[in-house]
Amino acid sequence: MRYLPLNDDDRRAMLERIGVSSIDDLFRDVPASAREPQFDLPLHAGESEVERMLSRFALANTGAGECAFFCGAGAYRHHVPASVDYLIQRSEFLTSYTPYQPEISQGTLQTLFEFQTQVAAITAMEIANASMYDGSTGAAEAVLMAHRVTGRNRAVLSGNLHPHYADTIRTMAGLAGEIVVTPPVPGSADEISEQIDNNTSCVVVQNPDVFGSIRDLAPLAQVAHSKGALLVVVFTEAVSLGLVRPPGAMGADIVAGEGQSLGNALNFGGPYVGLFASRERFVRQMPGRLAGQTADVEGRRGFVLTLSAREQHIRREKATSNICTNSGLCALAFTIHLSLLGETGLRKLARLNHARAVTLAESLVAIPEVELATPAFFNEFTLRLPRPAAEVVETLAGRGVLAGVPASRLFPSHTGCENLLIVAATETNAESDIDLYRDELGGVLAR
Amino acid sequence: MNVQDKPASGNRAASPGGTYSGDHALQHEEPLIFERGRTDVSGVDIPDVEIGPRHLAGLERVGEIGIPGLSEPEAIRHYVRLSQLNAAIDTGFYPLGSCTMKHNPRLGEKVARFAGFADVHPLQPQRTVQGALALIAELARWLKELTGMPAVAMTPRAGAHGELCGIIAIRAALENRGDKRPIILVPESAHGTNPATAALCGFSVKSIKATGEGRVDLASLTQALSSQVAALMLTNPNTSGLFERDMIAIADALHAAGAYFYCDGANFNAIMGRVKPGDLGVDAMHINLHKTFSTPHGGGGPGAGPVVFSERLAPFAPLPLLVEDDRGFRLIEDSREAQPASPFGRMAAFHGQMGMFVRALAYMMSHGRDGLRQASGDAVLSANYILASLKDVISAPYDGSCMHEALFDDTFLKGTSITTLDVAKRLIDEGFHPMTVYFPLTVHGAMLVEPTESESKRTLDRFIAVMRGLAAEAISGDPAGFKQAPVFAPRRRLDETAAARNPVLRWKP
Repeated sequence: MRYLPLNDDDRRAMLERIGVSSIDDLFRDVPASAREPQFDLPLHAGESEVERMLSRFALANTGAGECAFFCGAGAYRHHVPASVDYLIQRSEFLTSYTPYQPEISQGTLQTLFEFQTQVAAITAMEIANASMYDGSTGAAEAVLMAHRVTGRNRAVLSGNLHPHYADTIRTMAGLAGEIVVTPPVPGSADEISEQIDNNTSCVVVQNPDVFGSIRDLAPLAQVAHSKGALLVVVFTEAVSLGLVRPPGAMGADIVAGEGQSLGNALNFGGPYVGLFASRERFVRQMPGRLAGQTADVEGRRGFVLTLSAREQHIRREKATSNICTNSGLCALAFTIHLSLLGETGLRKLARLNHARAVTLAESLVAIPEVELATPAFFNEFTLRLPRPAAEVVETLAGRGVLAGVPASRLFPSHTGCENLLIVAATETNAESDIDLYRDELGGVLAR
Repeated sequence: MNVQDKPASGNRAASPGGTYSGDHALQHEEPLIFERGRTDVSGVDIPDVEIGPRHLAGLERVGEIGIPGLSEPEAIRHYVRLSQLNAAIDTGFYPLGSCTMKHNPRLGEKVARFAGFADVHPLQPQRTVQGALALIAELARWLKELTGMPAVAMTPRAGAHGELCGIIAIRAALENRGDKRPIILVPESAHGTNPATAALCGFSVKSIKATGEGRVDLASLTQALSSQVAALMLTNPNTSGLFERDMIAIADALHAAGAYFYCDGANFNAIMGRVKPGDLGVDAMHINLHKTFSTPHGGGGPGAGPVVFSERLAPFAPLPLLVEDDRGFRLIEDSREAQPASPFGRMAAFHGQMGMFVRALAYMMSHGRDGLRQASGDAVLSANYILASLKDVISAPYDGSCMHEALFDDTFLKGTSITTLDVAKRLIDEGFHPMTVYFPLTVHGAMLVEPTESESKRTLDRFIAVMRGLAAEAISGDPAGFKQAPVFAPRRRLDETAAARNPVLRWKP
């Protein structure tokens, strides 16, 4: 077996030192009734054979690169520079673990410190952690953190929050208190302010929201703060922060975002990377790992995991979260991509995304009976079609266009969503993709 | 402060071995990107397009963001230099107990990057992702077969997230039968994630003592059981590296008391291909794909933590559910379509850690049932070889053989001023990543050594020789080599107290 260095001579010598006659003897604590069961599984296989078997699975999918591609709704297709994927495959990054021994983990720790600084900067928040699993679980952790900070246990969720995020919050924070979700209102601000009462720990609002709409959250922040509640801002498209007013400039207290857009492929939904930022005074209530700066005994700057008294391996049942392994390598990909972009690159990328989306929206709404439901947006918007969006998407998929995400897939129990189509455009869309989409959609709707 | 990114000063640092640059041959001091990058530089060429204000509702970002950019050569040098400051499996022995730092086959990296997996969106029409769904179903089949359990939830994103999934399912099952049980039992030696998970789900945690031989005390467990107990969370093999001999009796006692049996599968590597947890009476168990099935640990993730369930808990498994009918594979994402099952909700957005699934399946297919059995056997053999080769000079708290990790304590350091931490730091100078230290908490000065199946006998022999040397040096009376260690690492010991007292969590100009 190509991955196992021991040979039978080694094994014999080792067994002799141990004083047993076979490896099976080392399993004698296993109850007799549970020893040596049958497994209905194949025998080992060579590399080329495994590659061939897995290729078959891969080839049965339509990759985004094979068609004109406009899906978003929480996962976005961006170009990732080749150097990012090369760098994250460096052995020393790829095959290390959580930096428990800082003297020999400065690479991971310094990149995390840089990552934290970048996340704080793009969200315009004071501090950020070393990553969560993804945006949805980060949003749930944000609600639990708001409960701890305020001593309250009622969370109010905007209906325009991605429904998978709302469901994840219900799962992870539903046991800790009440969760109220307002109805979705594509294209406008939902009436979330009225739901805030004196037991509300936080309001959770997404910007750009699941329909792509952007809005000014400052008035909502004011209402929340006047009632002692925190404003939790969620985003799923990190590139938007290069163009749209950031959460920290609109009164956010905690920010939970999805960082997949930078450095990370679509990967059919994972692994992704949760970005998590907050005000500095809440730091001891934060979940997850934190890298901090310190010095070694010779006075040289170095980095360590810090404030671990919040964490499960020290505090056990009193920990701020149960998280241990987070999303280190995806965070590394994010930080490398952002370091390559820099301020100038991020701004240009964001403008290009917006421009593509505007071009796309304007060419699609020129089709009769197609309306733009979200007048203010970044790189994603919602169309109101004259017939159910799911059918249209299925038809267009057969014509080389993955046209977006039907709102009905995300909101199956809300009537009124059937004809809504959530459409994203990024820098990866060529003008020919946009033309193809316009022609095919026009053709399908004209029939 | 150091001399990072300052031009060569023309003065050699006063210390012996000082250089003008502050670097030492291949050991470089690397500044932060914020000290080196410039906001007007970018390593990505992007067209500069004009945009109008029409669709932005006056919400344009104003002011500087504050993130510098690096050209591609600068970026590559920055990150390559930083990488060189890390210990990793690929660079040396990494026997971090409980973390299963085994070799990561590069085939996994290659196949996970196939466009058919990496460039596929989670919300594409399902008929365009039949291969991805089939792969998830195939991985699920392997996991169910290896554990002898009838159902699996694929979406949890890491081990602790899997624990959460399992405990919420237990809570849902209890609620379903109208049973309110507020207590979860957890052995004192458990991973910190276990009590943290139980608390997150609103349970109170009650500790169970271990016997003198490091296993759950069946008598104290039975005594602790009542109609108030929802479940026991138990790692098997346990955190002391021992198989819980009374597993079946424990399961029977729990079930007789109306409680569920949650198994922390962090140590599944010891028994994969040899024992099915389903045969031991387990109701739910998470599997850390990044440990047992060797998806890279990535400096702290991403992982994946699918949870297998018994018949009793299967109906409560979270959305989405994956089903196959005559039209192919289909995801059920709406609980109303899940009848007669009653999923408790959703663990995370989308359908799980696809990138990790591909790698784990590549690992499993490569090994096959024979290779997995040999791998767990070699892992257990290697740990026992270390235990047998060291226990005459380094104290082991429990008699007998171990499973896949060898546990030592600090009794052998008695009478010296040397601590377990000092031994760990000294191991760094010897070129090894230290073992897990001070865990489990039940063993004084614990040192938990998990060699995995990936190490050659030569590496194990070198480690054993070094440990024997250290043990002899420790009791010989001169602690200096331990107290000052590490001296050859990129950094000497770092002041963690100062870091926590006055947290500096980001760079500031």
